[in-house]
Amino acid sequence: MDTTKVMLNGAKSRVHGSMTNLPVLLPVAERVRRAALIERREGTYRLNMQPRHAVCVVALMAVAVGSAQAATPAGLIGPLEAMWKWMGFILVGPEGAFTGFSLNLIISFFAMVIGTIAGAALGLMQISLLLPVRRGSWIVTQFFRNSPWLVLLFTIMLLFPFEIDLGFVVIPVPDWMKAVIGFSLPIMANISEVVRGAVQSLPTGQWESAESLAFTRRQTMWMIILPQCVKRMIPPWINWYCILTMATPICSIMGVEESVSYTAQALNAEGDRPELIPVFYAFLLVIFFIYTYPIARWSIQLEKKFAFKT
Amino acid sequence: MNAIATNWTPDQPMVAIKDLHKSFGDLGVLKGVSMDIMKGECICIIGPSGSGKSTLIRCINALNDIQKGSIKVEGLEVNDPNLDKLELRKKVGMVFQQYNLFPHKTALENIMMAPIHVLKQDKKEVEERAFRLIKKVKLEGKEQSYPGELSGGQQQRVAIARSLAMNPDVMLFDEVTSALDPETVKEVLNTIQDLAEEGMTCVLVTHEMGFAREIANHIYFTDLGVIVEHGPPATFFDDAKDPRTKEFLSQIL
Repeated sequence: MDTTKVMLNGAKSRVHGSMTNLPVLLPVAERVRRAALIERREGTYRLNMQPRHAVCVVALMAVAVGSAQAATPAGLIGPLEAMWKWMGFILVGPEGAFTGFSLNLIISFFAMVIGTIAGAALGLMQISLLLPVRRGSWIVTQFFRNSPWLVLLFTIMLLFPFEIDLGFVVIPVPDWMKAVIGFSLPIMANISEVVRGAVQSLPTGQWESAESLAFTRRQTMWMIILPQCVKRMIPPWINWYCILTMATPICSIMGVEESVSYTAQALNAEGDRPELIPVFYAFLLVIFFIYTYPIARWSIQLEKKFAFKT
Repeated sequence: MNAIATNWTPDQPMVAIKDLHKSFGDLGVLKGVSMDIMKGECICIIGPSGSGKSTLIRCINALNDIQKGSIKVEGLEVNDPNLDKLELRKKVGMVFQQYNLFPHKTALENIMMAPIHVLKQDKKEVEERAFRLIKKVKLEGKEQSYPGELSGGQQQRVAIARSLAMNPDVMLFDEVTSALDPETVKEVLNTIQDLAEEGMTCVLVTHEMGFAREIANHIYFTDLGVIVEHGPPATFFDDAKDPRTKEFLSQIL
């Protein structure tokens, strides 16, 4: 059997943008085509953060603060003062609690670890030579990749027991741990696609030359294919980490005490003053931006660096 | 060594191809090809693109499966579902048009990998041999270079050395100079010529007619999946019989 054929001739991707013949559209079409190629390979959209986005975020913050300043009734504290008062609470929660924004980071970290390990295994199964394994892992991948994150999160948080009784010891499962499991499922599925995409993006010649040198399939995989893929997988992997971090606030709906929950609580404690709402949420946006921007930029740089080397 | 018992002796063809048929789906690529290659011979296969020459040599080391016919390499039947591919590929080395070096390994590591991990040979011994092979393909000093740092011609010579490290009995060259700059073609051809002169059995698919004429013992011209004409270079180039061969040669020469 032509083993390389089986696994490498996945769907030949037809990418939009290459079909236009209007001269004025060609440069744009080429850019769109290249972006689409990358996104197709990595199975996700690219967080293409630019310095100008930082300007936008700052401007938004300034507008929110300025208008809130103007709308503040006499005798109440101004928006900057209110923000300053609640900043510590939103970032790390009450002392020693590791809630608020720090809990977003904790959840994203553990979800990424679990999702990566499970996703790598699932991705390797997707390129197995055994049809049932390949098909099964494909179905699992597509299921979790295409389900709404919120639905997965709800299901896990409602299904999972609040404690696990092992007979001799009872392990409590706090809500944030359930959220970790809930988030790790879509991450697992997307990392699975990243792994599959990276393996399939290698030229078939690598398989053929390994085969003609009498390497077994397993040896080819671990000694020749995967070491080359790791480099290709790092940028999309970082990209997914950013997307995950930005998605963690959705678990506030389930009462997890992360930054968005705490922002709502802080606003409530300030008497639900409408002029403060944009200020507080803009502040949250700034925090997330400050955290993810350098990471997203780093992944873009790595992408460029690796593109030239191989 | 657990060499599989075959009745092959060196006076028989090293590679014997009989009535080989190969198709990709409905598309018939090879339609009854037969040829015998003796030990120490250098065979060149030429023909227009799409005539099945690459497919033919890829069948010899089982990179492509075949539908009908027989290929025997030192008596080992390639068209056998129970074929020990490892045993076959120890006998047959292959070099590709696109070099296909492993980009994450140095030139030396590229050469050493298969003998160490596939043949389980002693690392020290393999390393010595790898250095000798690097020297043989005239790349001294490039041992620690990565493929990306080498020119096309240099990469191709590393690929040849990598294949030789397995001590094959037959070497297959699949259009190995087609992707190279004209000025580096020569260095690769010289390497192949040295090999052929040392008595290595070589099968080349090539477009380098001058080279084929110079080193080949026998030339095969294929078109549309069959061998149209074959013979020793002198007869073949100067006294072609078939109109298709004549037309092809008139376009090339």
